[in-house]
Order: sequence, then structure tokens, then C-alpha cells
Amino acid sequence: MKSVTLILRKDLLTEWRSRQIFPTMFVFSLLLVLVFSVAFEFRSQIAPRTVSALVWITFIFSGLLALGRSFSLERENNALLFLLMTPVRRSHIYLGKLLSNVIVVLVSEIFILPLFILFFLPGTGDAELSLVGTFLPLLGVTVLGTVGFVSLGTFFSSMALSTRLREMMLPMLVFPLSIPVVITSVGICASILEGRPAGHYAFSLQVLVSFDIIFVLLCSLLFEYLMEDSGE
Amino acid sequence: MRQTLFFVTFAVMAAATWMGLFYAPTETVMGHIQRIFYFHMGTVWAATVAFTVVFIASIRYLRTEAAKWDVLAYCSAEIGVVLLTLTIITGSIWAKPVWGTWWTWDPQLTTTFILWVLYAVYLLLRSGAGGRGKRARYSAIFAIVAFVDLPIVYVSARIKRGISPVVFGPGGGGIDPAMMHTLLVTLVGFTLLFVLLLGERKKIMNMENALYARGAEGR
Repeated sequence: MKSVTLILRKDLLTEWRSRQIFPTMFVFSLLLVLVFSVAFEFRSQIAPRTVSALVWITFIFSGLLALGRSFSLERENNALLFLLMTPVRRSHIYLGKLLSNVIVVLVSEIFILPLFILFFLPGTGDAELSLVGTFLPLLGVTVLGTVGFVSLGTFFSSMALSTRLREMMLPMLVFPLSIPVVITSVGICASILEGRPAGHYAFSLQVLVSFDIIFVLLCSLLFEYLMEDSGE
Repeated sequence: MRQTLFFVTFAVMAAATWMGLFYAPTETVMGHIQRIFYFHMGTVWAATVAFTVVFIASIRYLRTEAAKWDVLAYCSAEIGVVLLTLTIITGSIWAKPVWGTWWTWDPQLTTTFILWVLYAVYLLLRSGAGGRGKRARYSAIFAIVAFVDLPIVYVSARIKRGISPVVFGPGGGGIDPAMMHTLLVTLVGFTLLFVLLLGERKKIMNMENALYARGAEGR
């Protein structure tokens, strides 16, 4: 457990000192928001269901950008090799990197989320959307959905970056696999934005949690095999 | 052995085609178009077998690192993708007159589509992975995650209600015995076809590898 927190600390410190991933993700997300407003002809009233889909498109695209960067940093100066040489179990390395990625991606998402409500759902902002009733549940789903796709993203970014196609391979590996997490998260977010009671999406929430558990377990199990000889 | 398999497969497939076209009764609501169902089921069944073989061979590969498992997984995945493409095409042809649309995003179709994409990515990963050992290991890992992902995709898509016909199990409408015979023969036929194709593909692959090894020696 200590090794996990050490790797987490190392990664967060690197990000804090270099400030590479977070600003890139944030600006990239803003660009996506701009693209969406152009695509929707600058309408400011869009159905909550559509907004929730846009939110998750943004999360996935900007998140993958961050994940690709996070592992290519590790490959510079062969840092990964030294990380693997430390007497730490491979699954702990995976969990440490997973946690740090989740935190970095989440921080960006928390900054992006209100923008969507501000830009695309302005009318409902004052009356119906309250902090407790909307933002907290929304945040909870964001955390769960992020854990789901970042667990796959962390795992496959280390694979993609050591293939011949590199960055091109990452979205192809992660998108199709993370579809269940995205479908479920979009559904729950839509229900929340539509102002439905919690009972309406409780089952989906349980499903999402179980997806997270399955993906994290499976990836940390297989990480051992993935990292066998990264010096190749 | 190989010739026997070839002739048996040919005979069973011919029988399946004949039964599907002439022996099975015409479905009362959908008419003749329903006859495509037998090949639709046949291909999807064989594709399922193929991807299960990929999954098992991938696990075996990670355990043993023996190249034969990698070859088996790859050949099976390739045939699986071809079969699943046929499933989607026959399904579309069936759906157009019956549902009035070539495609709809119901859970079964969504899952099939994602299944197709996953194994297309698997083949892409193999072509773009790099070295041989790396290619074998990475594709084995991806195949395992993809196979585990499938029921998950189905559950997530299932939260909405589907319209694909449920023939068996609870809620199924039952099936005429003649139709059942036709279906069973078709399933056996496609299973044999898969085994035949897999054997041939493996043979070509092994020849390719042998040639590659000789080329590397000569250089």
C-alpha cells in the first residue's frame, strides 16, 4: 500500500512542478466546447440528454490526451525501466499510476463541468439546478465514470505507446472497450440534469460501480504480463 | 483426415442450404425473408465459437508463451471477423423488410457492432504492434480484456429494452420442429466450416512463419 502512495506522490509532484497535463487538458476541453457550440449553431438551450453526451465526449477525448502524455513522460530517459527495477509489485505500480491519472483527469473535469451547464443549459441554472441536488450527484457520477475509463486508459496507454503506431493506437484500444462505462455514465448524467429523483438511476449507478471494480481488477491482474519486457 | 473434413463440411453445408430454402416451412408473418435466419444464426454462432477460441488461446499463450497459441488466436480472430461481418450483413437484409430499417441501436445490435469493432482493433493491433513477442503478448492481453468486456457491453446496452427476436429462453415464441432441424443442421455446418477454415488458415500461417524464418537465416 505504501508503494502505491509513493508512486502517486511522485506522479502528482511531477505534474505539479511541470504543469503540463492539466492546462493542456483544460484548453483542449474549451476548444471542444467551442466546436460543440459551432456545431449546434450557438444555441444555448440544448436538451439535457444531449448535453450529458457532449460532456462525456469531452471527458473521454481530453482524458485520453492526458493519459497518452502521462505514460510518454515515463518513457523519456527510460524512467519506466527504473520504475520496473524497483522492488515493487507490478500491480502496485499500476494502481499508483491509476490513482494519479484519476486525480489529474478529475481536477480538469471538475473545472470543465460547470462550463457546460453555463453554456448549454443557462435557463435552468438558477431555479432547478441546486448545489446539493445536481452538482454533488453529477460529481459522484463523474468520479465513477472517470475511474472506469481511466483504468482502461492507464493500462492501454502503456501498451499503445510501445507499439509501432504509438499515439494512434491509444484511442482505438480504449474507445471500444470503455463504451459500457460511457453509456452508463451518460445515462445517469442525463437523468440528473433532467432533475429526476435518485431512485430513477440507482440501478445504473450500481452497474457503473461494478464495471469499475471489474476493470480495475482485470487491468491490475494483467499488468504483470503487460510489463514483462518493456525494454524491447 | 483433411479431405474427410472437407467433404463432410461440404455435405452438411449443402444440406443446411437445401433445408433452409425448401425443407423449413415459410414463416407466417415474415414470409420467405425469414429463411435468412438460419445462416444469420449459423454465422453468429461460429463467430462466437471463434472468439471463444481466441480468448482461451490468449490465456494459454500468456501462461506458456508457446507460439502455437498465438497462431491459433490470430487465425481464429480473423475468421471470426469475417463470420461476424456476414452476420451483420444477413441481419441487415433481414431487418430491412421486417423492421423497415437496415440498422437500429438495440442492445443486441449495439453489442454485435462493438464486438466487430473490438476484433477489428485486435487485428489492427497485431499489424501495428512491432516485434513478434510483443505482438503476441499485447494482442493476447487485448483479446482477454475484450472478451471480458463483451457481457459488460451487453448489460450496459440492455438497460434499454431491445427488439431483436428472442427465439429461445423465457419470452421466446417457440419454434416449429422443421425449423429447429434446419437450424441445428446449419449450426453443425457452420461449426464444421469454422474448424475447416481454422485448420487451413493455421497451415498457411505456419508456412508463412517457416518462410520468414528461412528468409531470416539466409540474410
